[in-house]
Amino acid sequence: MTQARTPTGRRSAHPAAPSGSSVAPPTVQPSAQPGPHAAGAARTAPVSEAAADSRRPVERLTGAASVVRSLEAAGAEVVFGIPGGAVLPVYDPLMDSTKLRHVLVRHEQGAGHAATGYAQASGRVGVCMATSGPGATNLVTPIADANMDSVPLVAITGQVGRPLIGTDGFQEADICGITMPITKHNFLVTDAREIPETIARAFHLASTGRPGPVLVDIPKDILQSDTTFAWPQDIQLPGYRPNLRPHSGQITAAAKLITTARRPVLYVGGGVIKAGAHLELLQLAELTGIPVVTTLMARGAFPDSHVQHLGMPGMHGTVAAVAGLQRSDLIVALGARFDDRVTGQLSSFATGATIIHADIDPAEIGKNRAVDVPIVGDALEVIRELIVAIRAEQAAGAVADLTAWWSDLDQLRGSFPLGYDWPADGTLAPQYVIERLGAIAGPDAIYAAGVGQHQMWAAQFIKYEKPRTWLNSGGLGTMGYAVPAAMGAKMGRPGATVWAIDGDGCFQMTNQELATCAIEGIPIKVAVINNGNLGMVRQWQTLFYGERYSNTDLGTHKHRIPDFVMLAEALGCEGLRCESREDVDRTIEAAMAINDRPVVVDFTVGKDAQVWPMVAAGAGNDQIMAARDIRPLFDEE
Amino acid sequence: MSRHTLSVLVENKPGVLARVSSLFSRRGFNIESLAVGPTENSEVSRMTIVVAVEGLPLEQVTKQLNKLINVLKIVELPADAAVQRELMLIKLRADAGARTQIISIVEMFRARIIDVSPESVTVEATGTSDKLEALTRLLEPYGVREIVQSGMVALGRGPRSITSSANRTD
Repeated sequence: MTQARTPTGRRSAHPAAPSGSSVAPPTVQPSAQPGPHAAGAARTAPVSEAAADSRRPVERLTGAASVVRSLEAAGAEVVFGIPGGAVLPVYDPLMDSTKLRHVLVRHEQGAGHAATGYAQASGRVGVCMATSGPGATNLVTPIADANMDSVPLVAITGQVGRPLIGTDGFQEADICGITMPITKHNFLVTDAREIPETIARAFHLASTGRPGPVLVDIPKDILQSDTTFAWPQDIQLPGYRPNLRPHSGQITAAAKLITTARRPVLYVGGGVIKAGAHLELLQLAELTGIPVVTTLMARGAFPDSHVQHLGMPGMHGTVAAVAGLQRSDLIVALGARFDDRVTGQLSSFATGATIIHADIDPAEIGKNRAVDVPIVGDALEVIRELIVAIRAEQAAGAVADLTAWWSDLDQLRGSFPLGYDWPADGTLAPQYVIERLGAIAGPDAIYAAGVGQHQMWAAQFIKYEKPRTWLNSGGLGTMGYAVPAAMGAKMGRPGATVWAIDGDGCFQMTNQELATCAIEGIPIKVAVINNGNLGMVRQWQTLFYGERYSNTDLGTHKHRIPDFVMLAEALGCEGLRCESREDVDRTIEAAMAINDRPVVVDFTVGKDAQVWPMVAAGAGNDQIMAARDIRPLFDEE
Repeated sequence: MSRHTLSVLVENKPGVLARVSSLFSRRGFNIESLAVGPTENSEVSRMTIVVAVEGLPLEQVTKQLNKLINVLKIVELPADAAVQRELMLIKLRADAGARTQIISIVEMFRARIIDVSPESVTVEATGTSDKLEALTRLLEPYGVREIVQSGMVALGRGPRSITSSANRTD
């Protein structure tokens, strides 16, 4: 293990940092105070006229000031963004805001993922801001990501002035047109007076019903024009009425099935976390004794330590969770969407199961799998009402005996637990690193992963006990999500330890945000699971392409380009490296002890480790392989 | 595949047509025809969409449409419980000799001649797509120069109105 001490050059990065001392480590901003107003002390600008006017019911101000006032009124605390020509007017009043902290990111994609990380960790709406054209198009990936994972996000973009719209003006892009299919809704503001109402609607849409991203595009001339500000009392959206309360008849029908099924499973998705229904879920599970599986988006919705938890289902799920769904006679889907990574080949998925599907989005119900009892509603309300109805059924004598079912599942759990082998070449096992990280950082830490092998191992080998402690890009599978999402999570939950678990491929996509973290005082920790390769792609090349490794070697081992320790230092972070099993705990503990700046640990691991179990793409879930060529379910039948 | 006619009330706002049509293309639903126009309420437009799908995908179409914030209400109008009309304009090569025969066909179909020149006539016809198809077949031998046809519009039969409860989305 090499511990690189920090150079002094970083001190100049922040004028407010103490100078002169050669021993004081805190080079950068307020340690462990990444929260919304950590930088408040640095703001010495006098309160503006606009802010002074804010006590009046209607105030005169510019469109740009109206945007800032609206964001404040909507309850935003942090905005991640980068200024540019068209959005520049907003940045002037933003400088004077005492309620909004702006975090200057290095790339708009970082702003978007930071906002989603903030939202997923805190449960509040994440806000990002960018200028027109390339600024806005750089937000496209995080917006699509938020749309797939139902994350409440409001994106504010500057647009060229109205006279230039449609003329291919400088930095013009039709961002409303571009994001139409990847937002819950978007707005082009055409009148400065509509700014407060539009932003109020945007926050309402983003955070209610099935959450999602909303983009508000505002032309520069509107930002510059004089207008009035009045925060709307109520929000007029005649075509938007999410249905939260489940239909009582469906609840009763579901309760009857739940109390009579012989082999039931609770299939829990991210909607349970979004609805804040984890305690009710625990109650439901314990009331019924039914086994629980939690999807990739729902890790943490149900404690991993709970005896009824079978783990994660799907392509890289546990044998017990996959088999549990396959052999069930009743699947109770709660805030889950029968994604192809969960069902595998749809036609052979859980063919003997009756389906109860509860979701807040009616379009999810029956989209992939035909449903017997559809329930439209918020997961919290649904589970509460299910508990009441099940108690009534139980009081009437309906109690199913699940002993045989549990004995089958326990046998599978016992025979095929999650595990891994140490690489034959003596290199460090990536699974071990992640397992130890989870054990040392514990269930109160927040873990944000990139996409690939390390993401699956982080989903498998870290034990999640609480909701909103596992952040990842589930639906879109966005490499590069981890670092900016961890940054956003740390802003949303400043008291929590936040680890980004990243691959060497992912890390090279968005690590520039470590400069943001260093300068803004956001001390996240990054574990780079560095196997020198695009590991998941390489695994597929090993399994399905005859070990022909086309374009998956990144050279981070062979050439040590980049050297992640040096890169970390260049970005104002502590850089550590760990290459052997003996050093793993020590290095993690060293990283845990550093809280005055971000830390990057280069865990150099073997390149041949693989993610198991696995259901090959397009195969049925009965074909699950616990390890290569071992088909526990297939062999039995 | 069967054809279904959806009557969709939407907020009269810029971009709504794009939202609806892009939804159809990205979800892989096939629009046979689409007609949009104002209603008795200036804030509401009405789209009539004819889509060729099976029963289950049709449910997805309406659910996905309902998710659009600007969509207020969707009603399926079954062919036997609705009046359906399309408008067609057809320009024919027609010298003095052919004109009389064309006029007699036009009268049989209760269509009209709306423009005449020494070498052409333009016919306006409304009706169901079957009727317009039959008319086209009969006029084709005279030499079609141009055809333009609208999407179908439809209203449910009887006194009930879908706009009277336009603020409901179910």
